[in-house]
Amino acid sequence: MSAGPRTPFENKFIEWFDQRLPIFTMMNKEYGVFPTPKNFNYFWNFGAIAMFMLVTMIVSGITLAMHYAANTGLAFDSVERIMRDVNYGWLIRYIHMNGASFFFIAVYIHIFRGLYYGSYKQPRELLWIFGVVIFLLMMATAFMGYVLPWGQMSYWGATVITNFFTAFPWVGEPIQTLLIGGFSVDNPTLNRFFALHYLLPFVIVGVVFLHVWALHRTGSNNPTGIEPKDERDTLPFHPYYTMKDSFGLLIFAIVYCIFVFFMPNELGHPDNYTPANPMVTPAHIVPEWYFLPFYAILRAVTIDIGIPFTDITIISAKLGGVLLMFGSIAILLVLPWLDSHPVRSARYRPKFRLFLLLFVVTVLVLGKVGGMPADVPLFHITKDFVFTTTHVAQIATVYYFAFFIVILPVLSRIEVVKPMPASIHEAVLKCQSSCGGNA
Amino acid sequence: MRKLLLTSLVVSALCALVPVSAHASEGKEYPLPNVEWSFEGPFGTYDRAALQRGYAVYRQVCSACHSMKRVSFRNLSALGYTPDQIKSVAGEYTYQDGPNDEGEMFERPGRPSDHFKSPFANDKAAMAANGGALPPDLSLITKAREGGADYVFGILTGYGAAPSDVTVLEGQYFNKHMAGHVIKMPPPLTAGAVTYEDGSPQSVEQYAKDVATFLTWAAEPELEQRKQMGFKVLLFLGIFAAIMYAVKRKIWAKVH
Repeated sequence: MSAGPRTPFENKFIEWFDQRLPIFTMMNKEYGVFPTPKNFNYFWNFGAIAMFMLVTMIVSGITLAMHYAANTGLAFDSVERIMRDVNYGWLIRYIHMNGASFFFIAVYIHIFRGLYYGSYKQPRELLWIFGVVIFLLMMATAFMGYVLPWGQMSYWGATVITNFFTAFPWVGEPIQTLLIGGFSVDNPTLNRFFALHYLLPFVIVGVVFLHVWALHRTGSNNPTGIEPKDERDTLPFHPYYTMKDSFGLLIFAIVYCIFVFFMPNELGHPDNYTPANPMVTPAHIVPEWYFLPFYAILRAVTIDIGIPFTDITIISAKLGGVLLMFGSIAILLVLPWLDSHPVRSARYRPKFRLFLLLFVVTVLVLGKVGGMPADVPLFHITKDFVFTTTHVAQIATVYYFAFFIVILPVLSRIEVVKPMPASIHEAVLKCQSSCGGNA
Repeated sequence: MRKLLLTSLVVSALCALVPVSAHASEGKEYPLPNVEWSFEGPFGTYDRAALQRGYAVYRQVCSACHSMKRVSFRNLSALGYTPDQIKSVAGEYTYQDGPNDEGEMFERPGRPSDHFKSPFANDKAAMAANGGALPPDLSLITKAREGGADYVFGILTGYGAAPSDVTVLEGQYFNKHMAGHVIKMPPPLTAGAVTYEDGSPQSVEQYAKDVATFLTWAAEPELEQRKQMGFKVLLFLGIFAAIMYAVKRKIWAKVH
């Protein structure tokens, strides 16, 4: 953002403008000639895709807000009015509804990319932390957005999730009361959730700005995890990556549109097409699919932790679950210090690669059991001991945390890496001769 | 990269295997019938004749207890009715309106812009008249139930004699597809109850199929427009993506 040396523009108006506010110089520096490693694979598209989804959500969301009424007596009807009577209202709403899912899909792949290629490591720790903050803000925004249509899952999801906070001693209940604006989920809850659901996306935009700023400070990581050394390792961002990102984005948009136009309710829950009713509890309350792994961690804790041989409970099962659930995301904040192995990319770290893929399986398994009722019996181990989904969730939760707290620090000390290329362009040349040369 | 994709595939395959036997063996489970619907699949559209027959079944049978608050008479034009037909259908109902200039509420015949008239004044009245059970509003029923139209068809055709392990109390009926297998709605359809003018069979199955089609339309009136637009959008994106792929190949050809 500093002025720096400036090359004059040919166009008179642009030159006049740029002398006074060097926006064109900045854009050219950051998105035109910006040196970018030449060996990105398609995993590197998902940052741009996530950005596209953020804009899509804000634009469709603002349009929906023009027709939505944040009042418990009107909310459900106003959403149905959007679906039936507003011109192309169904399109805008299905774009927004499925957009939330596809935003999370993009971000989950983006996070996985970061993990696999070690993008969180020195000097990109802050970049990573901003990313985790964006993820947290997205979760809060998505949760509050899901409450707005005021269907059965909206209401009961809000009730269950705000109830987590009561697990904290002393401060818990006041926090919950403040959050829902009363003693049960009601009109004040809906009003403040709508206000915050409108506000938080712009906070996300702000943190995304910091995220991108930090990225442009350190430069991008790349599949080898080796820093670019000279100009043979990099390409200008435009046209190479603007065009590659556009292609990747279009493929993503095709999948997204298949959902929007041909199966718009596939990712949602039928119960949310029944208006909220505080007197009728749904058979089982589940959050949206993108929260299921964390929901499984929450429910995995089934025992109180107390002082042995007394009745004193220090951490109730409920509090334990809530702490683990928040901890499962908070632990990402310190990941750059848990994994201090000097080599970034999993390409050269076979053990890390194996444990990381196992971690991905674990998260998917958590997602699967998170969507099922608790304690569903799976099979008998002995005659009396039945293995249930809760046991699956417990084992998966243990691995989730062990991966960060035990496996990564140990691997940082002992893992021997595979031979590495000296530079990015050497890796590219080697790949062309041996792995079929994909650009 | 290829190795990574392969591993991811194996991983997803393993995940699909995880829920081996999810269901506990509590009573008999009846899978929903898998009916072939005209509106299924990416090319599916509503069968207009089925919609009109379904509307007749709804009007003559379902609407005695079930409201359909979100659908207006004017929406019936999508079923193929003319404006005059719609006007006369709406005119058969009376609505309370007002207040007029004297401050009085008054009754008037229905207009195309009116929503379908609910059979009961409010939920309490509906429950009082139906043994404590609330007949759900049907505007969104196929979207609000797992299985959609198959579920509606299943409920309407799922009555029968209760097996020994299901207790059916006074005012209740056994139904294969209701949660808990017990429902308070008496079997609503009997063969021949609704007269079809187009010669379609006047059987419970046919009624159930037609009314489920109608209810799907009521829940998703935009379905045909949505799919049509979807094809245009996908065509556009597909061509655009192909062009961008060619552009990207051309630009990158010189690199390395």
